[in-house]
Amino acid sequence: MSKMVEVRWHGRGGQGAKTASLLLADAAFNTGKFVQGFPEYGPERMGAPITAYNRISDERCPIHSNIYEPDYVVVVDATLLSAVDVTGGLKKEGAIIINSAKSPEELKPLLEGYEGGVYTIDAGKIAEEEIGRNIPNTPMLGAVVKVSGVIPEAEFFKDMEASMHHKFANKPHVIEGNMKALRRSMQEVKGL
Amino acid sequence: MSIRERLSGNEAVAVALKQIDPDVVAAYPITPSTEVPQYFAQFVADGQVNTEFVTVESEHSAMSACITATAAGGRSATITSACGLALMWELLYVASGSRLPVTLAVVNRALSGPININNDHSDSMGARDSGWIQLYSENNQEAYDNYIMSLRIAEHKDVLLPVMTCQDGFITSHAIENIELLEDEKVKKFVGEYKPEHSLLSGEKISIGPYDTPMFYFEHQYQRARAMVDSKKVILDVSKEFAALSGREYGLFEEYKMEDAERAIVVLNSTAGTAKAVCDELRANGEKVGILKLRVYRPFPMEEIAKALAHVKAVAVMDKAESFSAMGGPVFNDVRSACYELKTRPHIINYIYGLGGRDVPTTDIKIVFDALKEVVKNDKPGEIYRHVGVRGV
Repeated sequence: MSKMVEVRWHGRGGQGAKTASLLLADAAFNTGKFVQGFPEYGPERMGAPITAYNRISDERCPIHSNIYEPDYVVVVDATLLSAVDVTGGLKKEGAIIINSAKSPEELKPLLEGYEGGVYTIDAGKIAEEEIGRNIPNTPMLGAVVKVSGVIPEAEFFKDMEASMHHKFANKPHVIEGNMKALRRSMQEVKGL
Repeated sequence: MSIRERLSGNEAVAVALKQIDPDVVAAYPITPSTEVPQYFAQFVADGQVNTEFVTVESEHSAMSACITATAAGGRSATITSACGLALMWELLYVASGSRLPVTLAVVNRALSGPININNDHSDSMGARDSGWIQLYSENNQEAYDNYIMSLRIAEHKDVLLPVMTCQDGFITSHAIENIELLEDEKVKKFVGEYKPEHSLLSGEKISIGPYDTPMFYFEHQYQRARAMVDSKKVILDVSKEFAALSGREYGLFEEYKMEDAERAIVVLNSTAGTAKAVCDELRANGEKVGILKLRVYRPFPMEEIAKALAHVKAVAVMDKAESFSAMGGPVFNDVRSACYELKTRPHIINYIYGLGGRDVPTTDIKIVFDALKEVVKNDKPGEIYRHVGVRGV
């Protein structure tokens, strides 16, 4: 279990943080890992803060609880930085990845003195330009894979392309945009 | 070769149902089990199963439809949670009392009130005396495996009792995890065809579920209770056959690092996994701790549990349901009673935990193991009926 990576996602209901956590689980599963992907269910409604989780490891993880000391935190909506203790329990050897046009330096003051890595990615802009809609899932996923190194990049691309061909069999035109969004997010993530 | 997949617990049960292709599925949606009939309805719509899918107007009707379909000679199944199971209550007893092998996938959720959609075991624990066999599942894999085995257990001529297979709502029902699926044809072959000895459509002149006078009712109840006792052997036999097919072994319970354990936790469903992880951590520090994970709660493996706990100094039984008896939860009372005839028996305390979806982190399990250390040190149980993870106590 030494290699287990734990990820906590913060988003708002309707933004797809849960879907993103399931996408990451899928991608890791496809590269041979054991995965867990699960949301924390509360009184869900559009716009309310929600949390989702991933555990990724080489052996099956028997623990079935929320994650209190994650290796990585992903913030899908930067307005949560002042509403939720996003860095709570986050390991200082780890990192936080925030969907924002701002630089890591600009956001650091909002992170309660967090000493670990701080990364930002303008996922909304990339999604709008490449996919045509502000759905930040795909670029966020790319940034997480880049920063965490939890999945080898070449395998990740190959697998994502294959699963998109499967998923969007009836909408081939969106595949290219999604793949471009993934590539761009991995290049444009700031703080590396 | 099994199929490597990643599915949520709900998907796992839906896939099992698809592979089994029962004659009748009757279900009414309720969180967190709704996805199972939802996925299954898609299989029906896509022509992947031949099942008659009955969209009933309540859980009471769902169980009624399953009872009548099974009495007619069909294989029937349903899925529910919480208040849905509560609404089935009257019919649960009719199913087992009529000796009809209905199978029910329960996705455990707290009973109202106050209303809560999250996990605990108050629903299925309340049904523990209804004459249903109960199997509990740590994760999606066990929910899938247990469900496939449940038909064989229920339909066995020495049993003929309905079976409910339980897993934790949201915690495993909505968590995507790796799973090894069996091929469709293997599952179909394993469950075989349902051929009841008696059924309403067989042409025999019989009646099922008529008035039972004082001349016979008691004997029928005795037979039903006897079948529950006898089902233990059938559960083990079916599990052995399943192990040969899947490579996954199941007993009445799982003993995890129990051989030389001085302190043990008895627990069922998803928290058993969390407890195992804590057990590993404490073992690495030289602490002699173990986990007894209950799989079969009804029939209750009385002698086997007593034997498994006889050498332990202190045991904590975890209950994810209150029974409001003022003397602890249901699993605790059964485990403690089972150990009464032991010459030397462990101190046994009870922890109520995780009600209404309260998360159960590894730190809660550590608190319990630490408390057991005190019990061993003092050679006294101290307070017997305890709570962990609740504020203000």
